[in-house]
Amino acid sequence: MRFKNVFSIIGPSMVGPSSSHTAGAVRIGRVARQLLGSQPEKAQITLFGSFAETYWGHGTDLALTAGLLNFDTDDERIPEADIEAEKAGMSMEWVQGKGNGPHPNSVKITLWAGESKAEIVAASIGGGTIAVYSLNGFDVQITGEYPTIAVTHSDSQGVLASLTALLSREGINIGYMDVDRKGRSGAAMTVFELDSAPAENIIKEMTNQPFILEVTMIDLTQRS
Amino acid sequence: MRFETLEQLADICLNENKTIAEVMMEDQAKETNIPVDEVFRQMADYYQVMKEAVQKGLTGNTKSRSGLTGGDAKKVADYMQQGEPCLGGPSATAMAYALAVSEVNASMGRIIATPTAGSCGIIPGVFVSTQERFGWDDDKLVHGLFTAGAIGFVIANNASISGAEGGCQAEVGSAIGMAAGAMVELRGGSPQQAVHAVGLALKNCLGLICDPVAGLVEIPCIVRNGLGAVTALAAADMALAGVGSVIPADEVIGVMLEVGSAMPTKHRETGKGGLAATPTGRKLTKELVEQRRRKVKEAKQPPSDMN
Repeated sequence: MRFKNVFSIIGPSMVGPSSSHTAGAVRIGRVARQLLGSQPEKAQITLFGSFAETYWGHGTDLALTAGLLNFDTDDERIPEADIEAEKAGMSMEWVQGKGNGPHPNSVKITLWAGESKAEIVAASIGGGTIAVYSLNGFDVQITGEYPTIAVTHSDSQGVLASLTALLSREGINIGYMDVDRKGRSGAAMTVFELDSAPAENIIKEMTNQPFILEVTMIDLTQRS
Repeated sequence: MRFETLEQLADICLNENKTIAEVMMEDQAKETNIPVDEVFRQMADYYQVMKEAVQKGLTGNTKSRSGLTGGDAKKVADYMQQGEPCLGGPSATAMAYALAVSEVNASMGRIIATPTAGSCGIIPGVFVSTQERFGWDDDKLVHGLFTAGAIGFVIANNASISGAEGGCQAEVGSAIGMAAGAMVELRGGSPQQAVHAVGLALKNCLGLICDPVAGLVEIPCIVRNGLGAVTALAAADMALAGVGSVIPADEVIGVMLEVGSAMPTKHRETGKGGLAATPTGRKLTKELVEQRRRKVKEAKQPPSDMN
């Protein structure tokens, strides 16, 4: 089931004109920002398919920018997001991608802030619902409908067991999980879609475990 | 959720003696682990946004970003003041309200996607106009939104609510089915009658292509919202009168998926086929592209006082 609850059908509350091109784009922008973990200084955005064809009329560029600024889908500043980005010191580069990407409404976003870099590939699949296909080069399948943690770690025995044990100890139920690795014994990423968001100290404890490189919280369920 | 099809949904209602709205609220609360009253409150907030959008759209200050559309809802509302519309007052009001919300959407104003922004006018058009007509309180309409949501949930998971995937039948068509089914329940019809209304409504939208001029949610999307509100009322009336959908609604939803998948890409929200590809559609697209180029060029030039 791609759509999991009533508010993915009635809703979101949003600034028009397109739930796919505008609201979905805001949400994709927010996921990218959360993956980076801070206000981006520079963003390179490659648009594919229908996004590339019609972004200017739908304000997809403004919506993606708004998401990178952590605006919500119904923030009335979305039509002026380009001006807000300038105020925030975020520079934007727009690129026309070739073909459709993984879906007719796809985008690749690369962000920089200081030494940090983040990259996502995502699509807007209708009604403001999104699908994220890749986080920092790892293949994933997440929606942002649930509090999600993305854990980068080395591909070692016992890592997953220690992560799930920690979540279990905290009484946090895993709705969905997905593992991808670059190669045997190389870097790997595991994403967990959770029924409730873990507290900050749990994230810190997780980060301090052996073989864990980075733990990132992605949560669109909280209003910005 | 405990249901994947409308038949399962209607069976749950029958076995537990509940309305579709009640089943949807309970299942939503269980799925998200959020109490029913809080789930209800969020939907109530959404209904307020819908009512605000109706009012905002009727003022006529709804020029879209492209400049192609705006002000038609006010034209219909003004026309209704001058005498009896062909449709009759209540249907014309629903139509005007649906146009109003759709125009607010095109002007980058605040709306609720129901199920999408392209189809955001139909449910508010039908709901707000019938609320005024029958004197219903807000809570009743909020229940109706859960009914509409349950129907949309089944359509979205078994067919599509994305114009890019399934054509306009997936957006405007889904909204008409959702509004029709909800209206049956609001008027006291049974869950089975509501499901028939969905089938009747969707049958009349099959094959509706998504062919927006220049790819924008304006032409023909806005007028399709106006007309969709009227179709939803008609389907609700047929079902309340006892007319059934001989092809069960779930089978119609299956056909939606089949027809949507078979549609050529150009008829699925690319702005390259259908009305978008007419001489006028192409001309408007060309003008917008030129307008865009001029703006980009102006933006790149230093302000005149620096020369």
